[in-house]
Amino acid sequence: MTAVLEVEDLTVRFYAEEGVVTAVDGLSYRIEAGETFGVVGESGAGKSVAALSVLGLIDSPGRIEGGEVRFEGEDLLSMDESALRSVRGDGIGTVFQDARAALNPVYTVGEQIAETIEHHLEYAPSTARDRAIRLLDRVGIADAETRYSDYPHEFSGGMCQRAAIAMALSCDPELIVADEPTTALDVTVEARILDLLAELADEFDVAVQLVTHDLGVIAGTCDRAMVMYAGEAVETAPVEELYYDPKHPYTAGLMSAIPRVGDDDDRLPTIPGTMPDPIDPPPGCRFHPRCPFAEEACTRTDPALVDPETGEAATLDDDRAAACLEYTEGLSGGLDYSVEVAGGTGEHVEKAIDEREEGGSDE
Amino acid sequence: MSLRRFVVRRALSVVPVLFGVSVITFGLFHLTPGDPVSQLVALNPDVSAAEEARLRERWGLSGPVWRQYLAWLSNVLVGDFSRELRTGRAVSGILWRRLPETIVLGAFGWVFAIAIAIPAGIYAAVNKGRFGDVAARVLALSGVSIPNFWLGLLLILVFSLYLGLFPVLPPSRLPLYHPETLRYLLLPGVTIGTAAAASVTRVMRTSMAEELNEEYVTAARARGLPERTVVFKHVLRNSLVSVVTLAATLTAGIVAGSVVVESVFNWPGLGSEFVRAINRREVNVVMAITLVTAVAVVLANFLADVLYAVLDPRIRYD
Ligand code: SF4
Repeated sequence: MTAVLEVEDLTVRFYAEEGVVTAVDGLSYRIEAGETFGVVGESGAGKSVAALSVLGLIDSPGRIEGGEVRFEGEDLLSMDESALRSVRGDGIGTVFQDARAALNPVYTVGEQIAETIEHHLEYAPSTARDRAIRLLDRVGIADAETRYSDYPHEFSGGMCQRAAIAMALSCDPELIVADEPTTALDVTVEARILDLLAELADEFDVAVQLVTHDLGVIAGTCDRAMVMYAGEAVETAPVEELYYDPKHPYTAGLMSAIPRVGDDDDRLPTIPGTMPDPIDPPPGCRFHPRCPFAEEACTRTDPALVDPETGEAATLDDDRAAACLEYTEGLSGGLDYSVEVAGGTGEHVEKAIDEREEGGSDE
Repeated sequence: MSLRRFVVRRALSVVPVLFGVSVITFGLFHLTPGDPVSQLVALNPDVSAAEEARLRERWGLSGPVWRQYLAWLSNVLVGDFSRELRTGRAVSGILWRRLPETIVLGAFGWVFAIAIAIPAGIYAAVNKGRFGDVAARVLALSGVSIPNFWLGLLLILVFSLYLGLFPVLPPSRLPLYHPETLRYLLLPGVTIGTAAAASVTRVMRTSMAEELNEEYVTAARARGLPERTVVFKHVLRNSLVSVVTLAATLTAGIVAGSVVVESVFNWPGLGSEFVRAINRREVNVVMAITLVTAVAVVLANFLADVLYAVLDPRIRYD
């Protein structure tokens, strides 16, 4: 097992006028070569900030306060700008939420892909162009040769995202960071883009950090996933275990928020309450104001991320971790929830996981 | 729409603009009391009423305003800007002599403004909130607020009188292409360009700072492009769109400013001629200069529209 990315104890703060926001608080995770790793949470959980930190793209008033981001063993955070720039776009590709906004409107789509290739791979312009056209063709843009010279506004939303994936792959990266890549798209396009991403990740043997607020997306595409809440990881697990045996009450709550197949856009979490005020998070377990199992101890002690079986502090190598007092000191009431696999959400998840396994085996 | 049709359509739309401008100017001119004849008469009490009337008749100043206007218009339509009343010189001759002076001065002001403002705006936007940005903003605000006649006089005071670097007035008129001309051009050019430089700096800074927040900038950085490529290739072209809009408007400002600045520096262009013509009630000269100015402003707007489409592929000629 080689980790392509190891994030350790990453802390990112924003110095806003109203106060200091700790957007990411001591986050640790690892992504192995070729695997698709999901990062899931409600908006404001810090998952996008964490993704941008990997690339060192946090702008003032934000600041990466501590921790390490090791890409292929080297800490990106202690690199100088120019070394970091040679990793961005080359070793790590990025796919943004709004692909059209991520493309410069005044240059053609093709030019922008070729620009990256010329810059990192030092290709001659004509060779870079050829490579860009091949990539556009590979991501499913019909008539790529002509489309090369189209401007972003001449592309549909889905095509923009395809082009963005082509761009992310253009320099043969080891890792793609995809920040909510399908949120801006409608459901049918979303499914196709996710399939494409999964297919290409496999073909190019590239690891993917897939950031999303949608557990359904995670189920369909990821190998392992991390659930974030208020800047912290609350649970990490292989995807099947996350769905069938969630260890953290928040994960269990999120699952009940997954829309069923056929539901329109009803993605509002059904966990009552909202994310805590990021400037003044609640003491103890940050989830306690919304947690149906919260006890007195939860308001005092901040639960550490531990192996739920042993209760020992989780390390980067652990596949399974959760941050709930149940696994350290034990709650007097316990965690009394069960996952229904038969109906509703369970069916959806099962179906998504099954589909993926089928997709994986028919090669 | 093709570029050709666009040009033709725009060229045609100039006609009503010029017509409107000429009607308004002509009308306003006749609303102000006095004409060249009454001015002459005031200086010379011996002129009889009959002579006065004859003079008016000869200069075409008798009869209702609309008839005077139509007479002027019919001349202009066949390319004749009439004559200066007192001297009988052809107005077109005056235009041809004065126009290059103003174009050179205006162009110098423009180049000065752009050369200062674009780098200053970029610098301020990139260093937003830091010292250089604050300094640039304070300077830009002063530049916008200072009236150009005052700035002109101040520059003469400091650079000509105190420091003696420039002659207060050009000793004799040099041909425009003479290299010495540049020296005389410097103070009036800076005066006329300062306000434009200040506005362009402000707009450049604002639009650049806005563009820097766009997602494509983060995306370009995420692709590992060097910062200068991000700023000078990706952001600059987008932010220039709003500068072009402003530049078209500012051309009118520069033309208007030339009236004051040319008078302050005794620069023999259309602006100082305009002031002289107004004082002497030379209606034909005033009308001709107004028309030329209107054409210049329309032309500037037209160029801005073409530039838009060059800069931003989303903008079509329609
Ligand atoms: S520690 Fe307490 S409040 Fe936090 S998730 Fe566990 S039970 Fe809920």
